[in-house]
Amino acid sequence: MMNMILAKRPLGPNVVELVVEAPRIAARARAGQFAVVRLHERGERIPLTLADWDPGRGTITLVVQMVGKSTRELGERFGIGDTIRDVVGPLGSPSTIRRYGTVVCVGGGVGIAPIYPIARALRAEGNEVIAVVGARTKGLLLWLDRIAEVSSELHIATDDGSQGVKGVVTTPLQEVLATRKVAHVWAIGPAIMMKFCARTCQEFGVPATVSLNAIMLDGTGMCGACRVEVGGETRFTCVDGPEFPGDLVNWDLLLSRLGTFTYEERYALERYVAAQGGRS
Amino acid sequence: MIRPTQVPMRERDPQARTRTFDEVPAGYTPDEAQEEAARCLQCRDAPCMNGCPVNIHIPKFIREIREGDFRAAITTIKQTNNLPAVCGRVCPQEVQCQAPCTLGRRFEPVAIGRLERFAADWESQHGVQVPEVAPPTGVRIAVVGSGPAGLTCAADLRRGGHAVTVFEALHEPGGVLMYGIPEFRLPKRIVQGEIANLRKMGVAIEVNAVVGRTLTVDDLFTDGYEAVFIGTGAGLPQFLGVPGENFTGIYSANEFLTRVNLMRAYLFPEYDTPVKVGKTVAVVGGGNVAMDAARTALRLGAERVMILYRRTEAEMPARVEEVHHAKEEGVELHVLVNPVRFLGEGGRVEGVECLRMELGEPDGSGRRRPVPVPGSNFVLPVATVIVAIGNQPHPLVPRTTPGLRVAEGGTIWTDEDGATSRGGVFAGGDIATGAATVISAMGAGKRSATAIHRSLMRSRRRL
Repeated sequence: MMNMILAKRPLGPNVVELVVEAPRIAARARAGQFAVVRLHERGERIPLTLADWDPGRGTITLVVQMVGKSTRELGERFGIGDTIRDVVGPLGSPSTIRRYGTVVCVGGGVGIAPIYPIARALRAEGNEVIAVVGARTKGLLLWLDRIAEVSSELHIATDDGSQGVKGVVTTPLQEVLATRKVAHVWAIGPAIMMKFCARTCQEFGVPATVSLNAIMLDGTGMCGACRVEVGGETRFTCVDGPEFPGDLVNWDLLLSRLGTFTYEERYALERYVAAQGGRS
Repeated sequence: MIRPTQVPMRERDPQARTRTFDEVPAGYTPDEAQEEAARCLQCRDAPCMNGCPVNIHIPKFIREIREGDFRAAITTIKQTNNLPAVCGRVCPQEVQCQAPCTLGRRFEPVAIGRLERFAADWESQHGVQVPEVAPPTGVRIAVVGSGPAGLTCAADLRRGGHAVTVFEALHEPGGVLMYGIPEFRLPKRIVQGEIANLRKMGVAIEVNAVVGRTLTVDDLFTDGYEAVFIGTGAGLPQFLGVPGENFTGIYSANEFLTRVNLMRAYLFPEYDTPVKVGKTVAVVGGGNVAMDAARTALRLGAERVMILYRRTEAEMPARVEEVHHAKEEGVELHVLVNPVRFLGEGGRVEGVECLRMELGEPDGSGRRRPVPVPGSNFVLPVATVIVAIGNQPHPLVPRTTPGLRVAEGGTIWTDEDGATSRGGVFAGGDIATGAATVISAMGAGKRSATAIHRSLMRSRRRL
């Protein structure tokens, strides 16, 4: 069987990097795509963006922020040599990679990892890549070395000013857009961050692509759980996206739909934490 | 004297059953089955067989049941039908095999479906015999999709001695049998049991393989498969396209049923997938899927479940039996109403605004067209809405397979044998016909298997 975890390392508090054996996905993956994983027989299906892949070794890299029951279970209870029951992919439409000129890639928090393959692909296509990354605090920044490798400039922002400029990613983004002729911006991170990046880009008349993180179930276009409104039209994030033009996204709808199962998610997490406590 | 009515099948009490996902009908005992089998007139021309899309030798298996040779009966059924426990439960026999039954001209037709189900269930309790497989032909065939069409096609090709691999996008094979039809109508262990039997015959099944993403039809030919059967179904949910449809609390029937059936959200938090159902639920649509969604919502604790349908009960595409079961359990039918808008607060659905309809002239389908009554708008307060107005063919494979002729509505064009416009590629079931029934998909899978076998054997002989 496939899906064995070959490497695992912490990237910060509550964030882990996993290298998973998945040769079929690795062979076909392209920037912007994601996988759906199910940990075990009783597990749910959760989407995780492909942060990296190696067709030669037949592996994919997932960067997981432990926010709820399933992600904590994956980060805490799955280790090297363990097998993830189901890993499906690559899913979603790949990023449109072509020669734009100068592009800015913005990654927020755990979104820094999935912006990396996009930046790498854009750079390989001959674009000048300016990276802007941000997190709440220094310890939550990740993959700075990798991002630096594929960009000509690296701008960092932290909410508390512990590294780079104090503030959110839109601060350095604004500065870059004001001083450079930028053809296109990519932004990946929390919905609220992408919303404000899109707004900033709009002010400068620069097109922005965002990667939406809607709730998903199958991830293959058969249920519409991940539906969003883009330019007034209903679209399925898993098939039509996950990338969409930021200025056309109905952000309020996305944010409200992300809250559909808030109560159930909290309950499942509390129950998991209690069970963990009982065991140790 | 012939018994004029069918031997009744025992069912769980409507009050008790709405609290569990246990199967509603109990099935025949051996005595009941033999009594019902004795009603069969054993017609020489067997009109019933013409009504069965997979041509089961119906009088023969019924005679074997009457004689108490249940092993012989199931062997007869399995000569042509690879999923009898499924068919006996979900086929609309009243419009298939039972419609032309001679006895039905004067009395109730023979309960062929119940007898098929009995034989299949008897076998699962008394040891399953794996059907014989022809000697290896050395030919490899790929089947895309593991719903009723794909599984039937795969099983028949395997019997012909071919090496068959089924590629399934989800983590469990079965298609709509696993994610769509609820546990109380088709227990998942039954589906899993039938699929295990196919595996014992040597059918290989690869799950988590999304053809169109993980690999393509072209990749399959590159990998050495000599023919490909596409049975990817009609899995693209249709929405009403009215304002407010993206509020939270509004599900497609596919999402709602997949959460409950495939992911077992009814067992949350033992299983990790959540599902949320409010006190008042509206299900939009009048087909079997709408009935399944409504009855599922009741079992998840809804206090009031309403079916909103734009025509009248007489035009409902759902089986009479399903509508009957739903009503018995307390589902309300609201007919001649059509939602025009959803109302919400803070992004959550709180009401549905409907228009009353009346029936006008017949439309293209021959059914009288519903016409809105101007100014008849009214609002129903709802906490959950399930949209069950149909599915369209899944576009992923047609979109990523060059050379496939796609017909209007997104179906893959095929000839009568299921051959597509591309050599070596066959298609059948909902992807070729649009959303239809389990048994018609199985019939299509069977026809394609025969055509694939013939064309491959012909080309072999030429070598």
